[in-house]
Amino acid sequence: MRKVSAFNIVALTLGIAFLYLPIAVLVVYSFNASRLVAVWGGWSTRWYAALVDDAPLIDSALISIRLALVAASAATLLGTLAALALTRFGRFHGRLLFAGMIYAPLVMPEVITGLSLLLLFVAVAADRGFWTVAIAHTTMAMCFVTVIVQSRLVDFDRSLEEAAMDLGASPFHTFVAVTLPLILPAIAAGWMLAFALSLDDLVIASFTTGPGATTLPIRIYSEVRLGVKPEMNAVCSIMVAVVGVAVIAASLLAKLTGGAGASRRPNVDR
Amino acid sequence: MKRQREESFWRTLAVRIPYAWLLAFFLVPFLIVLKMSLSQTTIAQPPYTPVLDLAAGWQGIEAFFAALSFDNYVLLGSDPLYLLSYLKSVEIAAFSTLILLVIGYPIAYAIARTPRRWQAVLVVLTVLPFWTSLLIRIYAWMNILERDGPLNQVLVALRIVSEPPVWLATDTATYIGIVYSYLPFMVLPLYATLEKMDETLLEAAADLGCRRWRAFWRVTFPLSASGVLAGTLLCFIPIVGEFVIPDLLGGSQSPMIGQTIWTEFFGNKDWPAASAVAVVLVCLLVTPILVYQHQAMRLARRD
Repeated sequence: MRKVSAFNIVALTLGIAFLYLPIAVLVVYSFNASRLVAVWGGWSTRWYAALVDDAPLIDSALISIRLALVAASAATLLGTLAALALTRFGRFHGRLLFAGMIYAPLVMPEVITGLSLLLLFVAVAADRGFWTVAIAHTTMAMCFVTVIVQSRLVDFDRSLEEAAMDLGASPFHTFVAVTLPLILPAIAAGWMLAFALSLDDLVIASFTTGPGATTLPIRIYSEVRLGVKPEMNAVCSIMVAVVGVAVIAASLLAKLTGGAGASRRPNVDR
Repeated sequence: MKRQREESFWRTLAVRIPYAWLLAFFLVPFLIVLKMSLSQTTIAQPPYTPVLDLAAGWQGIEAFFAALSFDNYVLLGSDPLYLLSYLKSVEIAAFSTLILLVIGYPIAYAIARTPRRWQAVLVVLTVLPFWTSLLIRIYAWMNILERDGPLNQVLVALRIVSEPPVWLATDTATYIGIVYSYLPFMVLPLYATLEKMDETLLEAAADLGCRRWRAFWRVTFPLSASGVLAGTLLCFIPIVGEFVIPDLLGGSQSPMIGQTIWTEFFGNKDWPAASAVAVVLVCLLVTPILVYQHQAMRLARRD
C-alpha cells in the first residue's frame, strides 16, 4: 500500500478545486434572483422559467442536438473504417497521405478548418445550412473517433481474429462476430466524443452555417459576447447537468458491461 | 481464392470511403484556401477574383493563373498588425504552455502516486470538465472575473486588494481561460508516462544517498520527457490558433491570430487576406510538429 504524501494531497485538492469551482459558481449564479452578478438576490428559478418562453433558443438547442446526432453517427462510421484501414490493412497506396489527413485535423486550428470548408461550399455553390455544418462536424470529429478506435484495435489480441479465420469464418463474418464486439466500447466512446465535439463547436459552425441553422453555441456566443446574462447562466447550467449525467452514466455502464473487456488483458503491461 | 477476393473487396471499401471523404472535405478545401490566398478581393458575388472559368477552356485556365498574385503575402509582411498578431499568439501560447506544465505536472504526479483504485476516478475527474462546452467554461470565467464578481469580492473581503482590479479584457484573463481549458490536455499525457514509471528506480536513488528533490530532477523528470513533450505540443499548437478564449476574455487592442482571421473574414469580408493569414499560420504550426517528431524519435532511440 502506497501512502499519499501531503504534497500530493495538496496538489490534487487545488487541481480539482481549480477545475470545478468555476462551474460550481456558474450553477450557483444561475439560481441568483438578482440580474447582477454583484448582488445576491436569494435563490430563484426565474431564469430557468424564462427559458421556456425563449422560442429561438429552444429552436437552436433542437438544431444542435439533431446536428450532433447526425455528425456523431457519420463520424463514428467513417472514423471506425479509417481506424480499420490504418491498423488492419498493412500498406496500401497512399497510406502516408491518409494517415496525415487523419492526424492533421486534430491539431488544425478550428478557424482554418471552418474557413477552408466554407470556401469549398462556396466553390461548389452549395446552399449553406444544416447539412454543410453536419459535413464540417463529421470531418472534424471522425479523426478523433479514428484515434480512439485505433488505440483499441492496436491493443487487443489479434490471434482471436486469426482463430476465427482458421475455423473458416469469412473476413466479414470475423469482423462482425469477433472484432466488432471487442472494439464496441471504443466505438461507443468515439461516438460520445464526436457528439460532444459537435454540440460544443462554435467556430466551425459559424463559418459553415447558413440561414435557419443557428446552433446553440452560436446563439449563446452572440448573447454573451457583450457581457454576462443570467438567462445564459441557466442554459449553461442545464448543459453542464446533461453532460455530467451522460458521462457518469456512460462510465458506470462501461464499468458494468465493458468491465469484462477491460480486464481481458490482466495488466500485462505492468 | 473466393475468400481473398471477398476480403480485398471489403478492404478496398473500408479504405476508400474515409479516404475519399478526407480528400473532399479536408485536402481539397485546404487547396482552395491556398488558391484563395493568391486572389484579390472584389465587391461581387463571390467576393474575390479570379474565378476559374472552365467554360472558357484553356484560355480561361491561363487567364486564371495569370491573375494569381502574392499581393496578400506582401501585405502580411508590410502591415505590422499581422506580424504583431502572430507574435502575440506565439507569446501567449508559449507562456501558457509553460504555466500549464508547472501546474499540470504536480497534479499528474499526484494522480500517478495515489493507490491504483483511486487513479481511475481521479483521471475521470480531470477529464470531466473537458466534456462540457469550452464556450460554457469560458463563460463561467466571465462571471467570476466581472468587476463586481465573486473573485474580486473574495479578494476585497480578504483585504488582499483595496480596489477591485479589472480582470476582463486583459491578457491575464486570457491566460486564466487558456490554462483552465487546456489543463486536461497537459495532465493526461504526463500522467500516462508517470504512471508507467518504475518506482524502484527512486528507491535505488534513495539507497545511494540521493535526496528526494534531487532524485526527482535526475530520475523522474527525465523519464517523463516524452509526456512533457506530448503535453507541450498538445497545448501549444491549438492555443496558437485559439479564438473563443481571447475573444471573450481578452482585450481587443492586440488580437491573437485566430481573431485576426475571424475579423478579416467576418468583419472586413476580405477572404483572400484571411486565407493568406491562415496559410502562414499552418506553416508556423508545422515547425513545432517537426521538432516534436525529431525529439520523439531521439527519445525512442535512447530507450
